[in-house]
Amino acid sequence: MIDITDIKLSNAQIAWRAAQDLQDGSYVNLGIGFPEMVAQFQPEGRTVTYHTENGVLGFGEAPPKGEEDWDLINAGKKAVTLKPGTAFFHHADSFAMVRGGHLDLAILGTYQVAQNGDIANWSTGKGGVPAVGGAMDLVHGAKQIAVITDHVTKKGDPKLVETCTMPLTGLGCVTRVYSSLAVVDVTEKGFVLRDKVAAISLEDLQALTGAELHIEGDVADLACPDV
Amino acid sequence: MDKSLSSLSDAVSHVRDGMTIMIGGFGGSGAPIELIHALIDQRPRGLTVINNNAGNGHVGIAAMIEQDMVQKMICSFPRSSDPRAFTERYLAGKIELEVVPQGTLAERVRAGGAGIPAFFTPASFGTDLAEGKPKEEFDGKMYVRENWLKADVALIKGELGDPHGNLTYRMAARNFSPLMAMAAEKTFAQVSKRVELGDINPEHVVTPGIFVDGLVTVADPQQEEALIQAGARYP
Repeated sequence: MIDITDIKLSNAQIAWRAAQDLQDGSYVNLGIGFPEMVAQFQPEGRTVTYHTENGVLGFGEAPPKGEEDWDLINAGKKAVTLKPGTAFFHHADSFAMVRGGHLDLAILGTYQVAQNGDIANWSTGKGGVPAVGGAMDLVHGAKQIAVITDHVTKKGDPKLVETCTMPLTGLGCVTRVYSSLAVVDVTEKGFVLRDKVAAISLEDLQALTGAELHIEGDVADLACPDV
Repeated sequence: MDKSLSSLSDAVSHVRDGMTIMIGGFGGSGAPIELIHALIDQRPRGLTVINNNAGNGHVGIAAMIEQDMVQKMICSFPRSSDPRAFTERYLAGKIELEVVPQGTLAERVRAGGAGIPAFFTPASFGTDLAEGKPKEEFDGKMYVRENWLKADVALIKGELGDPHGNLTYRMAARNFSPLMAMAAEKTFAQVSKRVELGDINPEHVVTPGIFVDGLVTVADPQQEEALIQAGARYP
């Protein structure tokens, strides 16, 4: 198997790439953990309003340590800050924004994403305490559902697959994948390759992908700065 | 009419063994720590608790679980930075869990308060959590039927409260509390400041007093997150 250690993007670079597609004036939910990093790379000159499930729209970045206000947190229970224009609302309104189609984009992490847009990102299915949080709501409603992820698991298994084998979070939800090797759209045809890192051949990329990568027109170089 | 109560113990005295209790908060934000600890002092048992989480550390809901007061948790995310109280009992089969997608949980509580016995949501369709639930197609898309949630008592935390029970909240501490206030037979709120009638601009009331049965003032309420960082334990 091809060694991708030196050619794959870092998490920060994946987040940077996803951030380049943030639209001016959009409302965006960033999933807990890795996806939160996307906000750091929001291109200058664009206004993006971030939504968090626990009832805040338009919050700012984390406060300095020691200045946290624990009434002002995000869905990951990390402290955030106010910005001019911040709005608070209760949980039913918050999820009305989600399911009601009012968000332009949600960016989520994932274990697996299938060529038909199915996503498995809430449970490894290995027992323990089941905990879903907002995962099953977030995959519905936003106009675009993007995932950011390594292209393969730590063991080297594809995370972009024909059919999810892990417990599903939602069916046919995902519209775009930003991986450590490629940017892939999920279309009626299945996976369509948009960008790939220059250092990997199409053949090798396909070998690391669990379903067919369709090509439509040019495939752009997935080039990211050292962030 | 004055819904003010003189003590926390008055506010929680309606809770009896076997009741269903809604507790406001998302993690520590909005958790009515003083009301929960007053409830622990009275030790009702066999409770079903509805909250987004299942306790953290050794205070609040985690402390209720440690005191074996909780028979069942209905929540979306029974994990936290220190979830041992719940996890140990769950894995030992000593506490039941109904895990509900977070938006579904909020809407089930809202429905309970609004007199809507069931509704359809796209959340969980096609997943393990939709097993056994009725499904229906609307405009070409499949949805899962979910039923309302109601409770005997809700315990919540507000910021300002007036004698009629009108409440405001502080920042993201609002979360589930306005919904729970509607969905419980009796709702008791701890408020950081009790104000007089007319002191809350009617335009700013978040929970109208009709949903509130009693309020008790707790100035400078404790923050669960700070208690956990300090290694606090209750009792």
